[in-house]
Amino acid sequence: MNAARLRRPAATLAILMISAFPAAAAVAAAPLPTAAVRTADHPSDPLVWGKLLYQEGCASCHALSGQGGNGIPGVIAKGAAGTDFEVSTGRMPLGTIANQPIRRTRSLYTKDETAAMAAYIASLGVGPAIPSAAQVDWKNADLAMGGEVFRTNCAQCHSFSGQGGALTWGKQAPNLMLATPTQIYEAMLIGPNNMPQFSDATLPPAQKQAVIKYIEFLKEPANPGGLNLGRLGPVSEGLFGWAAGFTILVIIAVWIGVKAK
Amino acid sequence: MTHQHPVADPSRPQPANVEHEWRASDLDPSAARRAERQVASFFAASAAMIVLSVLVYGFTDWNATVGLPVVGDVNAINFFMGLTFGLGILFIGIGAIHGAKQLMSDVEVFEDRHDLESDDADRTALAETFSAGVADSRFVSSGIMRRSLLGAMALFPIPLVVLLRDLGPAASNGALTHTIWKAGTRLVTDVTYLPIKGDDVPIGGLINAVPETLLGVEERDGTLNARAKSVIVVVRLDEQNIVAQQGGTASAPWDYKGVLAYSKVCTHVGCPISLYEQTTHHLLCPCHQSTFDLADAGKVVFGPAARNMPQLPITTDADGYLIARSDFQVPVGPSFWERA
Repeated sequence: MNAARLRRPAATLAILMISAFPAAAAVAAAPLPTAAVRTADHPSDPLVWGKLLYQEGCASCHALSGQGGNGIPGVIAKGAAGTDFEVSTGRMPLGTIANQPIRRTRSLYTKDETAAMAAYIASLGVGPAIPSAAQVDWKNADLAMGGEVFRTNCAQCHSFSGQGGALTWGKQAPNLMLATPTQIYEAMLIGPNNMPQFSDATLPPAQKQAVIKYIEFLKEPANPGGLNLGRLGPVSEGLFGWAAGFTILVIIAVWIGVKAK
Repeated sequence: MTHQHPVADPSRPQPANVEHEWRASDLDPSAARRAERQVASFFAASAAMIVLSVLVYGFTDWNATVGLPVVGDVNAINFFMGLTFGLGILFIGIGAIHGAKQLMSDVEVFEDRHDLESDDADRTALAETFSAGVADSRFVSSGIMRRSLLGAMALFPIPLVVLLRDLGPAASNGALTHTIWKAGTRLVTDVTYLPIKGDDVPIGGLINAVPETLLGVEERDGTLNARAKSVIVVVRLDEQNIVAQQGGTASAPWDYKGVLAYSKVCTHVGCPISLYEQTTHHLLCPCHQSTFDLADAGKVVFGPAARNMPQLPITTDADGYLIARSDFQVPVGPSFWERA
């Protein structure tokens, strides 16, 4: 087989792959809520509006009554807090079938729409309410205690610096640097996806606030400056040290060894 | 003396036969002077950098920062002192090596190697010295000295045997097979030491727990060892999702309404693990990816661990708080030599 005959199918394949990529991305981004119930003249009663939004954006998987099924979790027990967490982080509605919902850069719903859906789901049964501003007020919490609780109960998955980490079968614990205090509180309350719940009985509100304070501290820790290399500790720092340091040492060794002209 | 045994193979091209390539600085005096000036410039630059680094130390605001591309903001005094001091050392090195390469004589020098063996006279002399020493020590002629020395040497290792015995199971006093968990010991949350009501644990919940009695163990009595062995994870599953447990009867189950307690110490090499996925009921060890199914008697479903995660039998006391029914029924942590 000569080179020219080999080249043509390879080029065709490459062009196909390059052109298929934006198409695939467009398909992945497509199944978003339509505008039918998202106009300015929405129903004024949040329960009615929330029901419409739920039926349009959520009911196809979680079922009309919110009980889920076919391996899809129900939404009732997750309550208003769970609704606010999943929708405000952009994890729901699910865009593509993946092994876990992933945070979007922004929510697909406005704050009012999210509140309406949360109110509707809260009306379906008993579930945790969205924590109030006073509940998530972490300003006066105990930072040192928050650090201890975080390292005991959260760091195993989210890493000691809150950067997240790997779980089984491609699942992952997310980076916490984008999570708002309310979202962190909600996550501890409801245990979204594979995260366990941390109930008020064993992690009282004061400790939850302390954990939030510690995560807020991790977002902007006392920083002496320099390249943080992801704050992953010895793995990335060691790799950088070996790769950069060794390269420089090899270059110097080669220069020393070359005979002068 | 027979020192004429060069190992070098005369048929191989000798360095002396390779024509020497002369450098520009060997042939041209002006090139040599230029190299000299270059070396001196490096040394002068080094001196300037060292002076600069002292000036940086004296005159830089200690709180000032400097923005660098990619790296971001860094403390100015750290950055400039490191830069100038580092360049100062580097320029001395560059100057010295540049001088050596350009100006020091680079004529090839070769040395022949010789056999490592000593010559016969030296070997004979050594043998004679040794024999004379043996005779002088009376080791052969005096039976009583020889026998008492051999007896003393034979007893010498006995203290080592006594000391090494302490590493074995006979002296471990059950340390490998028991923890401080006892019947009736309350489970409390790790770090915060709150007792746990069995009915307060939500389905899908996770609690990192320790025995309440841990607080009473003094440091000199090995509180760290006690903690390392007795740490547990407490989870709650929907009871119909529990496939199997490691023990218990209908009247005395090892769980409390689906609340399960398992050791937190990986059975592979002992990492503490609490990466619990509440929907799969899997406990993952981040060290080598051993995965245990807490819904199915702590069975290993993936990874290098060889043994199930040991389960702690629990129940509740009169006030509804979780307590241990007994210590672990199998040793916790990694396998060891004598483990049944």
